Amino acid sequence: MYLENPKKFGMLVEQAHQVALNVLRPISRKYDKAEHEYPKELDMLASLLDGMNEGAPGSAGATSATGGGANTNTGEIKNGSNLSTALGVMEMCWGDVGLLLAMPRQGLGNAAIGAVANEEQLERFKGTWAAMAITEPNCGSDSAAIRTTAVKDGDDYILNGEKIYVTSGARADSVVVWATLDKNIGRAAIKSFVVKHGTAGMQVTRLEKKLGIKASDTAAITFTNCRVPAANLLGSPEVDVQKGFAGVMQTFDNTRPLVAAMAIGVAKASLDRTRELLKDNLSVNYSALPMQASFAEATLNRLEAEWEAARLLTLKAAWLADNKIPNSKEASMAKAKAGRVANEVTLKCVELCGALGYGEDELLEKWSRDSKILDIFEGTQQIQLLIVARRVLNKSSAELK
Amino acid sequence: MAATFMGQAQGFGLAILTQMASSEWPDKFKLRKPIEKLLYQGSKTGFQVMTKVSRQFASSGKTNGQVTRLSTSASKGLFDLSLSDEQQMIRDSLSMFAKEVIRPAAYDCDGNASIPAELLAQAQELGLIYYAVPEALGGMATEDNVTTQMLILEDLAYGDMSITAALYSAVSVANTLSRWGSADQQERYLRAFASEKPPQAALAVVEKTPLFDPYKLKTSAKLVGSDYLLNGEKALVLVGSDAELFIVAADVDGTPALFIVESGTAGLSISNGSAMGLKAASTQNLILNNVRIPATNRLPATFDYQAFLDLGSLAWCALSVGCGQAILDYVVPYVNEREAFGEPISHRQGVAFMVADMAIELDAMRLMTWRACALAEQGKNFHREAYLAKILCAEKAMKLGTDAVQLLGGHGFTKEHPVERWYRDMRCLAVMHSGLHL
Repeated sequence: MYLENPKKFGMLVEQAHQVALNVLRPISRKYDKAEHEYPKELDMLASLLDGMNEGAPGSAGATSATGGGANTNTGEIKNGSNLSTALGVMEMCWGDVGLLLAMPRQGLGNAAIGAVANEEQLERFKGTWAAMAITEPNCGSDSAAIRTTAVKDGDDYILNGEKIYVTSGARADSVVVWATLDKNIGRAAIKSFVVKHGTAGMQVTRLEKKLGIKASDTAAITFTNCRVPAANLLGSPEVDVQKGFAGVMQTFDNTRPLVAAMAIGVAKASLDRTRELLKDNLSVNYSALPMQASFAEATLNRLEAEWEAARLLTLKAAWLADNKIPNSKEASMAKAKAGRVANEVTLKCVELCGALGYGEDELLEKWSRDSKILDIFEGTQQIQLLIVARRVLNKSSAELK
Repeated sequence: MAATFMGQAQGFGLAILTQMASSEWPDKFKLRKPIEKLLYQGSKTGFQVMTKVSRQFASSGKTNGQVTRLSTSASKGLFDLSLSDEQQMIRDSLSMFAKEVIRPAAYDCDGNASIPAELLAQAQELGLIYYAVPEALGGMATEDNVTTQMLILEDLAYGDMSITAALYSAVSVANTLSRWGSADQQERYLRAFASEKPPQAALAVVEKTPLFDPYKLKTSAKLVGSDYLLNGEKALVLVGSDAELFIVAADVDGTPALFIVESGTAGLSISNGSAMGLKAASTQNLILNNVRIPATNRLPATFDYQAFLDLGSLAWCALSVGCGQAILDYVVPYVNEREAFGEPISHRQGVAFMVADMAIELDAMRLMTWRACALAEQGKNFHREAYLAKILCAEKAMKLGTDAVQLLGGHGFTKEHPVERWYRDMRCLAVMHSGLHL
């Protein structure tokens, strides 16, 4: 039993922390102000990460937002890429969560490719920067209700529909689009397609103006008779009612702990800075018990306890994945806890620091805006609770809606 | 019997299994006699009575002056939530004991504010106390085993928190002496704990002060010649009327210190200290009125009060995790079976989300507790982790308790279901300091 960060990832965590401190933090406010402007500073960093990804798996290159990567099960306890990625993401988001999301070639689309692509596709899409397009104007968390259609036509599929909230949707090389082969079948008929930018019939219609994570662009994209090679359908083209949706959904089991890790990172930034600003008001080394501490100190310590709990739940979900133990429930538990805790922590830290926290001289107010999305995307708080509840209560989605 | 296998067993896990296999508790359980009221009934009616007459705690004289400390183990440095085979074996056995012996007895123990002698005997056959005493002093412990003891508490508390607290009171005193006692104190008292009939014992730290601060004790100890004179009153002392030995926290010129006080010492008395919960543990007030004890009964200068309190907090955290699991496992089938408006109430998000949150916070409590205990076991600084674990467990334990009653509605408010007992027991997390010790 050992619940500390693995010693072997010490270097990775340190590297990621240095990147966050020296590369992301200095441009954090700049791109919060300059929404939609491309953070060109990330190009060099992304190349560096690519190089590291090619090299040692224990290096900071594993700090993408995608994770994944296969581990072989040898019966030994493993600390693999799920854990190292989660740890890297935490550090990077201590720097800036928006900038991490904007990182070239590290998008969720890449995670989807990693999770469901076959060998040939993995090779063909290597090095691509793929965004992920799931949400539609009338369908958010209920991704089974997708209306974008894909109709087979010879060696191609023809896509029609509208996608919104596509992170890096305009900047990426391609977009992984979720579409249904048959609206009447529901989940099983949903497939994902890699669509390259520049494909006729694909058009970015707008970029959202947002509350936070402004460094990360969020696009709306329409597909009008957009012709995509059949070979770009990820995974099997068969409509298998038994497991069809599972393939698509398994992407989420990998990415939910990573969004939780983002929440952990941004909340840590707020906790660290608040502890620094309040240092004259805090007892040394947690020496005052909650009843004896000031309200401010007791609040901060409670938040830190909640934060640690969320962090451990996240590491547990990643550890399970590394050891090939099913983690769907734990991934959602981590996401639910980390999402709400990060939001509470960042907002309370603004409150604790008063005008200093609320003002733009500090980044505290920015982190409290950035954190909100982390309790929403990749499944809202309520969706995570629904998933956890169904597992705990052993209920189907028809029974517990 | 115990003496023969103790020398041979390779690990304590095996020892527990062996003892359980050879014990007769399942049979005894079926034959369980009606509960006998304890002799110390007077203590529950408001009178002050003398503490139990103590046995003679004598040093064997074998001490070579060397204190015995358990070694710590290094980790491989990998994040690891798995248990050792030995821990898993202990878990399996104790979970069974909790379900089949402790849980069925919990209702009556709560109502009678005592534990029947049969159950105490069955529990003693588990040999938990040997885990707290180093091998060199007649016990079974070869290295620091904080995480294993934590798991033991978690699993037993699944049966009942209050009974487990009572069962672990003496173990906690033994742990305290193993960890902090002087060579002479260990020789004198720990050998007794490793004997066939270990003494009942209790840690007395908490006082009846609003906003109680264990660093600012009202109970005082004054050095008079070669003795200490102790004065004050302790509250929520587990198994107080049965204890033959107390470890009392008292202030010595502004510094908290621990003192070993044998029951029957002049000036020591107990009074009814029953509380809203922890009934089975028969909590008592311990009154010290010019209690004179030898100065050598003070725990030595190497004693670390903060670590002592932290290891106490973690023991309570472990109990709350076990009780929390019991709560979740009780609530899930209830909300699935209870129907309203033509379907199980668990089909409503208002109910289902509460259950989901209970599951999430319970796992959070467990991970916080495990982490701090794992650090402690490896001899690393664990104060921050224990501090945060206590904050989280205190808050979430109560949330689990109150939500469980809420989910059962009016039924939960009656003694028809155990949730009202768990509600009362879980309130203690924020109130208890020490009393138990890993």
